[in-house]
Amino acid sequence: MVEDRSIASRLFDGFIYVVLILVALITLIPFIHVLAGSFTTTAELARRGFVLFPTEWSLTAYRYIFSTDTIFKGLANSMGITLFGTMFSMFITSLMAYGLSRRDLDGRRTIMFLVVFTMLFSGGLIPTFLVVKEVGLIDSYLALIVPFTINAFNLIILRNFFQNLPEGLEESAKIDGCNDFGIFFRIVLPLSMPAIATISLFYAVTYWNTYLPAILYLNDTNKWPVQIILRQIVIVATGLSFDDSGFEDAALPPSQSVKMAAIIVATVPILCVYPFLQKHFAKGALLGSIKG
Amino acid sequence: MSDLSVQSAPPVQTRTRSERWQRLKRNKLLYVMIIPGLIYFVVFKYIPMYGLIISFQNYKPHLGVTGSEWVGWMHFERLFHDPMFWTIFKNTLVLFLYNILFYFPVPIILALMLNELRKEWFKRTIQSIVYIPHFMSWVIVVSISFVMLTQDGGIINDLIAYFGFNKINFLMSTDWFRPVYILQVIWREAGWGTIIYLAAMAAIDPQQYEAARIDGANRFRQIWHVTLPAIRSVIIVLLILKIGDVLELGFEHVYLLLNAMNREVAEIFDTYVYTAGLRQGQFSYSTAVGFFKSFVGLILIMMANWLAKKFGEEGVY
Repeated sequence: MVEDRSIASRLFDGFIYVVLILVALITLIPFIHVLAGSFTTTAELARRGFVLFPTEWSLTAYRYIFSTDTIFKGLANSMGITLFGTMFSMFITSLMAYGLSRRDLDGRRTIMFLVVFTMLFSGGLIPTFLVVKEVGLIDSYLALIVPFTINAFNLIILRNFFQNLPEGLEESAKIDGCNDFGIFFRIVLPLSMPAIATISLFYAVTYWNTYLPAILYLNDTNKWPVQIILRQIVIVATGLSFDDSGFEDAALPPSQSVKMAAIIVATVPILCVYPFLQKHFAKGALLGSIKG
Repeated sequence: MSDLSVQSAPPVQTRTRSERWQRLKRNKLLYVMIIPGLIYFVVFKYIPMYGLIISFQNYKPHLGVTGSEWVGWMHFERLFHDPMFWTIFKNTLVLFLYNILFYFPVPIILALMLNELRKEWFKRTIQSIVYIPHFMSWVIVVSISFVMLTQDGGIINDLIAYFGFNKINFLMSTDWFRPVYILQVIWREAGWGTIIYLAAMAAIDPQQYEAARIDGANRFRQIWHVTLPAIRSVIIVLLILKIGDVLELGFEHVYLLLNAMNREVAEIFDTYVYTAGLRQGQFSYSTAVGFFKSFVGLILIMMANWLAKKFGEEGVY
């Protein structure tokens, strides 16, 4: 391909570079601001306002938020929910996706329709709440997991991936005396690691970010995930929430740097997984995205 | 691969009852694999759909769905006479329009620009950066904006004051709720939204650009006449999905931004169902509100799909 080297074309390139660098900066600056702010004192924040690199380092904010075990408990809860939830969801989702990927299965069109229909229409908040209550999940960690076992999008992506594996694999495994479980666990799963990694990441992110289900289903504050704790520290404590759902009023509203430290603590675990799985998910997100 | 699939497809004319039974037996393990997932969909998706009938009842938790008294369309009549209902209807619609007008084009423009980049490393770096916010929860996104927008010590207001203007109470104002809302949506989702467009653009045959250039098209006209038409169907599919989502504006997001001061513009269907239903215990009435919402969403997605087909596009189903 011959490059277009005219002046107009170079100006065009220049313009795109400038805009995209700006976009990247707009994306990053809030993080950097919050990160820097969390490591400095409220006094310096007040004096300098726009801090991208603190001159006075301070761990006061972190010492403050870790002085009670509220945040620790929240982090531990979130980690447990994320770990267990992701494994549980992946297990149920991939089994169902594999079953539905086999073309010789009677009724698979009907089942797929039932799945897709849930993406178009739902019973809504109250009827779902009543079911969760009826099956006895209120105030249990499982309330944040079981009602979210399968995400229909993830199921479809995985099914499409399994469907595109060569069918000869199954045939030959069957001839070797392997049953469907054996085929799935010993042949299909190991071959599907990129898809499995991608969907696991999607589930893990959802579970780490779980917030609303906890508001709906957990009255027991000891079980709250870190996202709710973060909301209490930043939003409720600032008096900017619609309801103060039973959180004991802090004597003093937390300072800016404490809020920033809380944001960092709730964000860092997700940022840690990101680089490892990043190379997979762009591809993974496309596996089944357009052709539902 | 394709001839293998032909081989394994059962011949149509021999589909007798006993063969079918044979096939069911042979695939019994596959059904075992599907069952846990199927139970999930029945219990947590289809039973709640059945639960919608409580919007025609005076539901009392201790009486249950089977024991509660039937009241017909009463709750729906109340809903259409409730001024608050029309406020949330309008708020939902306005946020939807903001989404279509201000958010929807951004990933397309961003993808068009990324697609023009020839330096792979630069393209990958920008992409890695703009994807990140998608992985943050709404709590984190809203919290970050709160610490930046607050009047005491927030960087934005400090800058406004530095330049000699009056500080703005972004978080408790009816005027600023919608701009803040949509900017957060753009910040969180625009980068991630480029993935699908970039994939569609990667599939374009480079010869088309070659041909356009020979015809004298400059870079801008190449985008206009080659790239954009090539991603037209993807744009339409995503637009349909977005229209179907008209009423799913993100409960969490709006709920986190909602406060007593901005309620008159910020209350949407979901937040209203939550407050009226779970916090005030009006189960049947708020189920009726939710039912209305789900029903309108379904109609809209069907209409959008029908329109897309009418214009010669594939649609989503």
